[in-house]
Amino acid sequence: MNGFVYLKDVVTLELDREKCNGCRMCTIVCPHAVFAIENKRAVIVNRDLCMECGACEKNCPESAISVRSGVGCAAGIINGILRGTEPTCDCSGSGGSCC
Amino acid sequence: MKEFFLTGNLIDTVPQVSTVWSKRDLWETIKVRWSVGRMNYKVKPGIYAIGQPSEDAPVFVTGNFKLSFDHVRRALAGMSAWLLILDTKGINVWCAAGKGTFSTKELVRQIELTNLVQIVKHRKVIVPQLGAVGVSAHEVKNSTGFSVIYGPIRAEDISGFMKAGMKATTAMRAVTFSTWDRLKLIPVELGYGKKYLILIPAIFIILSGLNRGGYSVDLAYKDGLRSVFNLFVAYLTGCAITPVLLPWVPFRRFSLKGFLVGMIATIILAWFRLLGSTLLEIISWFLMIGSVSSFLAMNFTGTTTFTSLSGVQKEMKTALPLQIGMASTGVITWIVSKFILL
Repeated sequence: MNGFVYLKDVVTLELDREKCNGCRMCTIVCPHAVFAIENKRAVIVNRDLCMECGACEKNCPESAISVRSGVGCAAGIINGILRGTEPTCDCSGSGGSCC
Repeated sequence: MKEFFLTGNLIDTVPQVSTVWSKRDLWETIKVRWSVGRMNYKVKPGIYAIGQPSEDAPVFVTGNFKLSFDHVRRALAGMSAWLLILDTKGINVWCAAGKGTFSTKELVRQIELTNLVQIVKHRKVIVPQLGAVGVSAHEVKNSTGFSVIYGPIRAEDISGFMKAGMKATTAMRAVTFSTWDRLKLIPVELGYGKKYLILIPAIFIILSGLNRGGYSVDLAYKDGLRSVFNLFVAYLTGCAITPVLLPWVPFRRFSLKGFLVGMIATIILAWFRLLGSTLLEIISWFLMIGSVSSFLAMNFTGTTTFTSLSGVQKEMKTALPLQIGMASTGVITWIVSKFILL
């Protein structure tokens, strides 16, 4: 995608091809074309493009995909550390600026 | 209360929406881009009509951030369709999906609340693709009988998607991040530090008066203004210049990109003898501008469309201690430079 690639070999995306039923849902929902279908089953073709949004995991009816999803946002991670919670942008909070 | 973008009511209770932006819509969009009232720019969740939809007309789902609502209704010009607005607390679809307000639960709730089964004969809802982060298509189908069809990412592609028989092309499925996209986000980025924009310059102006002879108001004014200018440069390189030049600045790590752009700016300032009068002060500004620019550029990860949580965590692990170390060394060096002529 337009030459935008973030760090290599860091994402937590896992696909269990044994469980895949070839429904193509992951290829539809992924905003970065991380998946393709080969031999009627999904395969990860652009692993480093994954932004861990979690859409594929959520829409896989066979639970063949797992990924630790969350906000890839430094301010959100700092927010999480300060409050002792998961990384959060917290737009709905006390009027802080966010996405 | 009658909203100004509504044109009437259909089948008694469904409000009909205009597909044309009024001057007021445009003005409000500009204000929101500049963070004015951004957190309270909402429309009422529920069902709306575009044109004269029949019971066969498609149902488009979006969030209740008015900017999302506006883009979808404008993209539906010339069509007759239903618009199902989820309560995302005024947040855009992608962020709301990440936060869990644009969700399976909320979609199911609105389908039931609006009695969608009575409004349309078919059993399909078109959800923007980025909503998939929060919506599980098979769970919605199980709970309501409605199939979720993932539409294009951008509202402007809706017409092409419908003409192709509800099929999105690869280009419609790919998230992009053009220079224009990034330029539109700069006002929001510049608002990031608004809490500190008065406090920190004030501290620097006050401290600028310090010198070996005690305190000089004259110096506070002269050196103080220069300090504020240097800080402003760091703010601009981190919040605006690095984000706009993002794909052309080398390195993958945003902290390194920001540091590099900050360093280039510092060298330019040094060239014009704007950094300081002593070697120590010049060094202190290299440290302060570099770290501030690096930190602010790193924060842009949250605005981009391609950084992962694992990646940002990895980057921060090394970058944050370095930034804090550099910034504090910079501030100490700067204060020391007030007393030692080196």
